[in-house]
Amino acid sequence: MAKINYITHDNQTHTIDVQNGLTVMEGAVQNDIPGIDADCGGGMACATCHVYVNEEWLDKLPTKEDGEEDMLDMAFEPKQNSRLSCQLTISDELDGLVVNIPSKQV
Amino acid sequence: MIKKDVLIIGAGPTGLFCAHQLGIIGLSCEIVDNLDKAGGQCIELYPDKPIYDIPAVPECTGEELTTNLLKQIKPFNIKFHLNERVEDLKKVEGRWHVRTSGKQEFDVASIVIAGGVGSFEPRKFPLKECEKFEGSSIFYSIKDKTVFKDKIISIFGGGDSALDWAIELSNTSKVNLIHRRDGFSGAESSVQKVKELNDQGKINLYTKYQIDSVSGVSNIQSVKIKHDDGETKEFKTDYILGFFGLIMQLGPILDWGLNINKKAIEVNTKNFETNIDGIFAIGDICTYPGKLKLILSGFHEGALAARGCFKYAKPDEKLRFEFTTTSKAAQERLGVKK
Repeated sequence: MAKINYITHDNQTHTIDVQNGLTVMEGAVQNDIPGIDADCGGGMACATCHVYVNEEWLDKLPTKEDGEEDMLDMAFEPKQNSRLSCQLTISDELDGLVVNIPSKQV
Repeated sequence: MIKKDVLIIGAGPTGLFCAHQLGIIGLSCEIVDNLDKAGGQCIELYPDKPIYDIPAVPECTGEELTTNLLKQIKPFNIKFHLNERVEDLKKVEGRWHVRTSGKQEFDVASIVIAGGVGSFEPRKFPLKECEKFEGSSIFYSIKDKTVFKDKIISIFGGGDSALDWAIELSNTSKVNLIHRRDGFSGAESSVQKVKELNDQGKINLYTKYQIDSVSGVSNIQSVKIKHDDGETKEFKTDYILGFFGLIMQLGPILDWGLNINKKAIEVNTKNFETNIDGIFAIGDICTYPGKLKLILSGFHEGALAARGCFKYAKPDEKLRFEFTTTSKAAQERLGVKK
């Protein structure tokens, strides 16, 4: 279990307990956090679960698989701290993770 | 006006198999899809990637699955209306009149929406100011490349479309290619070619840059790009091309009065009908308790929706359940009866 802080574009922080093994995307979708579309359902086949990860957390995240960066090319306003939240699997180490949700996904 | 029993919206695997099921029970249909070919996400997103969970098919690619489904519905001679999107819907004397973006009109007893996650449209620049130049000096696809001759073209993106057009247009135009990182998702041979052309001065390649702003009055005059480290560059440009892949939008279907839940259409699980009589939704676009976004679920939903369409198409007849193995009628429709 980890506490994940989702900061939506209107600057509201939603802190959610997410079970280990789920992804940051699933944590958002299951708890109705607005701004994560996840059109493809977590298959790394779209870029609509895009989040910006707070700098101090970047090193602690699972490394990018082939293909994630390619999909991020298609995200709305990608930055260096962009990730696809469907690729971020929750573990105890991510307790306290802060992700910012972009103003839109498409 | 084309008169049929059913109109299927979406030519992905779910829509194609639903067409097969309609054919088996003797209903006619035509299919509309916004893309230029059948296959939906299978063709657009992963034509070469393997799928491992189609029952009785241990492994196949998106393209193979599509080819086989098209082969399976061949006996029914189903007409496709590609590059068209459904626009308006009207109920006329118990039937549905549907009009597409290509001004094609259908008169059908029922509609099956198999629209996946919506229709594919090009992903655009995030800048608001780009909108007014769209179609005049900013493009997301190329219809006529001759307009670019002897002009300055700034291409954004790192996939095959961006690389291929940069290479192609560098023969006749001055090309700037701008991409957000050093790596490219396009074919390695194209990446090498672009780098060669950059070394020869035929393409100006800017990596780790993204669009910052554009300026111009009626046409674009210049574009400003920003490096990851904050440094900006501004240069003259006549046209801007953006190739960021496709996004999926529900589009006009949203205005049809269907119950929508998180970008999906609510259906019952008896025949996958929506809250509107005669309109069914199957595949990724539908939602119900326990919904799984798998192709095999879409097949099941299509089979039931097809039978749900029967009472609207043939209100005076009763549909009998039959197996294709033994049904003479089904075999005749398939053209296999000996």
